[in-house]
Amino acid sequence: MNDTLPEAPWSGRYHRHLGLISMMAPALAYFLIFHYVPMVGLVIAFKDYVMSDGIFGSAWVGWENFARLFSSEDFPRAIGNTLTISILRLAFGFFAPVILALMLNEVRQAGYKRSIQTLTYLPHFFSWVILGGIFLMLFGGGGPVNAAVKLLGAKPVTFLTDDGWFIAVLIITGIWQGAGWGAIVYLAALSGISPNLYEAAVIDGASRWQQTRHITVPSLVPTMITLFILSLGGILTAGFDQIYNMYNPMVYDVADIVDTYVLRRMMGLDLSLATAAGMFKGVVGLVLVVGANFFARKISKGEQGVW
Amino acid sequence: MRLSTGERLFNVANTFVLAVIALLCLYPFIYTVSISLSTATEASRDGFHFYPRELSLVSYRMVLTNPSIVTGYVNTLLRTVLGTVMTLLATCVAAYPLSRREMPHRALLTFLIVFTMLFSGGMVPGYLLVKELGMINTIWALIVPGMITAFNVIIVKNFFQALPESLVESARIDGAGEWAILFRIYLPLSKPVLATVALWTAVGHWNAWFDALLYITDDKKQVLQTFLQRIVIESSTQMMELGVTDTSVIQFTGETIKAATIIVTILPIICVYPFVQKYFVKGIMLGGVKG
Repeated sequence: MNDTLPEAPWSGRYHRHLGLISMMAPALAYFLIFHYVPMVGLVIAFKDYVMSDGIFGSAWVGWENFARLFSSEDFPRAIGNTLTISILRLAFGFFAPVILALMLNEVRQAGYKRSIQTLTYLPHFFSWVILGGIFLMLFGGGGPVNAAVKLLGAKPVTFLTDDGWFIAVLIITGIWQGAGWGAIVYLAALSGISPNLYEAAVIDGASRWQQTRHITVPSLVPTMITLFILSLGGILTAGFDQIYNMYNPMVYDVADIVDTYVLRRMMGLDLSLATAAGMFKGVVGLVLVVGANFFARKISKGEQGVW
Repeated sequence: MRLSTGERLFNVANTFVLAVIALLCLYPFIYTVSISLSTATEASRDGFHFYPRELSLVSYRMVLTNPSIVTGYVNTLLRTVLGTVMTLLATCVAAYPLSRREMPHRALLTFLIVFTMLFSGGMVPGYLLVKELGMINTIWALIVPGMITAFNVIIVKNFFQALPESLVESARIDGAGEWAILFRIYLPLSKPVLATVALWTAVGHWNAWFDALLYITDDKKQVLQTFLQRIVIESSTQMMELGVTDTSVIQFTGETIKAATIIVTILPIICVYPFVQKYFVKGIMLGGVKG
């Protein structure tokens, strides 16, 4: 609040900026109603919520819903599945946009670079309802992926109903959808590198590979750290849209994640349990993002981090 | 500058690999178009399907005369147009005071908005709120809960902050109020960021399905993505559950209809994509992650 004149009395300060305040009021009301009221609604995680009694009329049960969650079979499994899928996505997918950006960066013909880029981020603009529909056809019994498998002399694979294969399909199609869009951020970082650095490196006799290793890659590290912190916050998210639109009961053992669990509990009208599960996910995500940001700032002495 | 043999080899390999990647990005769509234009027997043929060997437009006729699809199209178009206009207006009105240094409690208000990116009440409290507000089975359930996002507010606010402050001062001297400054001075200068927010929002509305799944139970109010979901995903899952694996012609008539529905759904995006994609990309640069 150092922006305003220090000697201004409180009432005067508000009065003087009544125009701005009245403009802010609707948006503030919106955020309070649609974002903060639902946070208050999380109290039903600590209640035995009965719709006819309402949120405030329902009885308190303390931590009982959380105890029920963790003693059940499905919820710990859902957490395990979520972590597995998220970690696999990070392991195989985190560097995909970096590599794509580096490859695009080496292309000298601007037109070719632009066309390839436009095609690679096209999948980002379609919902997983659409992409899921397409992939169910592609990976299905008579689809082209199995045609390729047969061409290689192997037996057709049940990609969509086999536990292991289904996870592989999730990871691969996830990278397919996100890598091109993810590369844009890195390409922006690359375009910000001063050409002087490369000129100096050439004078010093650096090869193209050495320039990439010692100039290009290090300049991407801050962006990578930022995106890594953000992806940690989503580690219990694991891609609900994609999974919901591609999974089936035969792969629940490996593909039922926290969000699909919450949705099924909600549809089953066990609202307190569903809220408790969702709240657990939200709190863990918040702690991870704040923690990772704190850690990144600490090791970089305040230079890295999202905020 | 002369290139070494190694560099020339690398250039060729790099160009080739990128072409393969681009083809892989495009192929699923080529396949879908091809199936949608095929006869049932052609669609049931095992193989790659780059183009329909036996052409048929039957599936498109069936999809375009399906009343559900027509209803879905109209509802989706409505939510997209209305939702985008409302988001643009509300986002600008929220971002403007936050962009002004003299706004009281500016840091606190910005924090309150940014915090919603980090934590939310989640699915169930959100659903109960929409229900309490009587929005179930109305278009408002699809527009209002997600109308203003913290991300949009921050990128518009940052853009406003980069505009010269002297503009505000001179407008003030001319007697302009805050609303006039926003609508007559700021908005005309902010076209790039407004285009980006509008396009992101419009694509988001066109693709949205989860809110409709929760909040819309009346088929007359249902959106296109939900009808597509029923045709595409539910039929596949059912077939798998029933253990249907034989490639009967009946099933593959289903395949051509699925494919045609997908194409009809994505067509508007495909048509505008080449012209607007640069704005999407620009927005990422504008936004950055740091506020």
